[in-house]
Amino acid sequence: MFKAFLIKFAEIGVKGKNRDLFEAALAQQIKYALRRCEGQFAVRRNRGRIYIEALSAFDFEETVENLKTVCGISSICPMVQAKDEGVEKLCQDVVDYVAAQYPEKRFTFKVDARRAQKNYPLNSMEINALLGEKLLDAFPQLRVDVHKPEVMIHVEVREKIYIYSIEIPGPGGMPVGTNGKAMLLLSGGIDSPVAGYMVAKRGVKIDAVYFHAPPYTSERAKQKVVDLARLVARYSGPIYLHVVNFTEIQLAIYEKCPHDELTIIMRRYMMRIAEQIAKKTECLGLVTGESIGQVASQTMQSLAVTNEVCTMPVYRPCIGLDKQEIVELAEKIGTYETSILPFEDCCTIFVAKHPVTKPNLGVIKRHEENLKDGIEEMVRQAVETAELIVAEV
Amino acid sequence: MNCYLDNSATTRCFDSVAELTARIMCKDYGNPSSLHQKGVEAEAYVRNAKEVIAKSLKVTPKEIFFTSGGTESDNLALRGAAYANCRRGKHLITTAIEHPAVLRTMQYLQEQGFEVTYLPVDSCGRLRTEDLEKALRPDTILVSVMHVNNEIGSVQPLAQIGELLHRYNPDILFHVDAVQGYGKFRIYPKRIGIDMLSVSAHKIHGPKGVGFLYVGERVKIRPVLFGGGQQRGLRSGTENVPGIAGMAKAAEEIYRNLDEDVERLYALRQRFTEGLARLDGVSINGSRGRDGAPHIVSASFEGVRSEVLLHALEEKGVYVSAGSACASNHPDTAGSATLRAIGLKKELLSSTVRFSFSVFTTEEEIDYTLQALYELVPALRRFTRR
Repeated sequence: MFKAFLIKFAEIGVKGKNRDLFEAALAQQIKYALRRCEGQFAVRRNRGRIYIEALSAFDFEETVENLKTVCGISSICPMVQAKDEGVEKLCQDVVDYVAAQYPEKRFTFKVDARRAQKNYPLNSMEINALLGEKLLDAFPQLRVDVHKPEVMIHVEVREKIYIYSIEIPGPGGMPVGTNGKAMLLLSGGIDSPVAGYMVAKRGVKIDAVYFHAPPYTSERAKQKVVDLARLVARYSGPIYLHVVNFTEIQLAIYEKCPHDELTIIMRRYMMRIAEQIAKKTECLGLVTGESIGQVASQTMQSLAVTNEVCTMPVYRPCIGLDKQEIVELAEKIGTYETSILPFEDCCTIFVAKHPVTKPNLGVIKRHEENLKDGIEEMVRQAVETAELIVAEV
Repeated sequence: MNCYLDNSATTRCFDSVAELTARIMCKDYGNPSSLHQKGVEAEAYVRNAKEVIAKSLKVTPKEIFFTSGGTESDNLALRGAAYANCRRGKHLITTAIEHPAVLRTMQYLQEQGFEVTYLPVDSCGRLRTEDLEKALRPDTILVSVMHVNNEIGSVQPLAQIGELLHRYNPDILFHVDAVQGYGKFRIYPKRIGIDMLSVSAHKIHGPKGVGFLYVGERVKIRPVLFGGGQQRGLRSGTENVPGIAGMAKAAEEIYRNLDEDVERLYALRQRFTEGLARLDGVSINGSRGRDGAPHIVSASFEGVRSEVLLHALEEKGVYVSAGSACASNHPDTAGSATLRAIGLKKELLSSTVRFSFSVFTTEEEIDYTLQALYELVPALRRFTRR
């Protein structure tokens, strides 16, 4: 029965002069999401609202699922469309809508009419009163509640009549592309895809970097990261994934640095490389999935030591979340199942049984000195030979 | 150079097999059950395949039933025989080193009220017939023993087992999972008292998704799939004609020069194991001599993670199999049941790699692989978990 959608957005309504820019970006992202759906659609912007109209047969469930991935949408309202054929026909349409949409007719309601077509014979208040009356006549069990109705029946009178009462929540946030670009350090774990999603939700375009260490990590581990990037790309749009070969650096650290500092030194080099690629690709910050205290390399001391190598801001959207909260988000955005596949992206050979939890920056820097023969060149090589994969839906 | 040494996982199709299956799919695509000419043509392929395969085992064509492969054959044999014979008893016997298609089916039957004895093997991976003799009981109805172990290539004493069972109680059914043995040995079920025998086509350069089960005439067995009643009701479903014809073609080819081919495989295997012996800290699992299969070498490399070695070899174009997946998070369950059953040291469980050869394997490939190992193994040993 639904032929159109009204898209509501929250925050972009308050952006002053930039509003047009934001709306255009949102419409763009909606069109991108709809390209994945069966059917033809028209996306129209009209006075601070976005309307989607189906121009052909379409799959309702699939369309809603895809719209739910568009950052910036606060809710999706499926609408029934009718021709404007007079007041009586309007009353009949609304009664039919309620009859079809609500099999159990025991709820409180309110009619909320908007009259954009100013030459319509009734004004908004009159339409509200008339439709309320007709609905009560048709379904005597209904009750009106103008303060806290269970169902709000919206009627918009434009060149056509639109009726809707259902609001499906979207992800919220802001349309991707309105807030610059960031470089996500993506692994095969649970946290980093969630971090990518959270930043994308704030309108940020995402590039990603993955550290691959063949033969210590397998092609399947890499494929898993590409799969994760594609899942995040449903929200963020296409992701440019830079796959960095990290083996040589990892082996050098293994041979020349204390074993319990492997992870922390490795992470410092990952940050350095990520920052270099980020600068080359005009990103404005780095994004990681770190959360305070989750593992040895994510204690406050470790984070401080890792952070020290970067001049770019490092965003850590999961920083205050518990593992369970991150898992719930991963389930919500659909990355969890892939994240828990058993392909490790760091061979246990490079994981100390008892890594340092309170590294000292001075000590770490001194031990990094052991690498000075050749490490610069290795880093340069790693940045230059990174493989670029475009991950999109 | 590309060296595919994972032929126990699957093999390259013979060209003749690929040509034949393609032709059947596009030209002679009839359903053997159809009454018209197209059906008759298709049926002829199936009948011919039965004859070819029956001949290779010296059994009759009506004792061959086509399935979707080794797993289905094992399921049909074990479940079909257990249910058809459960009034005589509910005791089943197998070994600890069977393929999961047998082990998991046995576990399922245990849940269904059958009792299963899992026999140990010696350090070479061979069943001791004394152990089997001790395990036999008046209510034993079925014994299932694999021919060639897929991980270490050990060969089970099928003739002795058959003889023992015949002496003890001829009613006990003897099933053999011959997925790794068919095409490497001549197996004559009737001469050694095998009642059921499972085979898969893709291990002998045939297509994937097809196999057969030999079921001796006297054997009572129930179907596990129900439907249109094809293959005398034992295995319903339209016959996979291209697969079946392809499998028969592969069987024909593989048995054509068997003795010569097997000699060559043993020579390759010897060349390879001698080469391995030049590396320190390498041990060969299972038997090295003629009592092992000609195409499988299982080797443990001290201080090297099998998965890492596998990927390092892969970078050089050498494809092998890791004896067991790297289960670093579960040290107690790490390593395969087979490797544990032969008493392999715990630290070698995740350092074991399987090399498996086929008629396509060459001496150059063996030498190239050895060269790669001489380079990689010492290099990888520098990096171990501290």
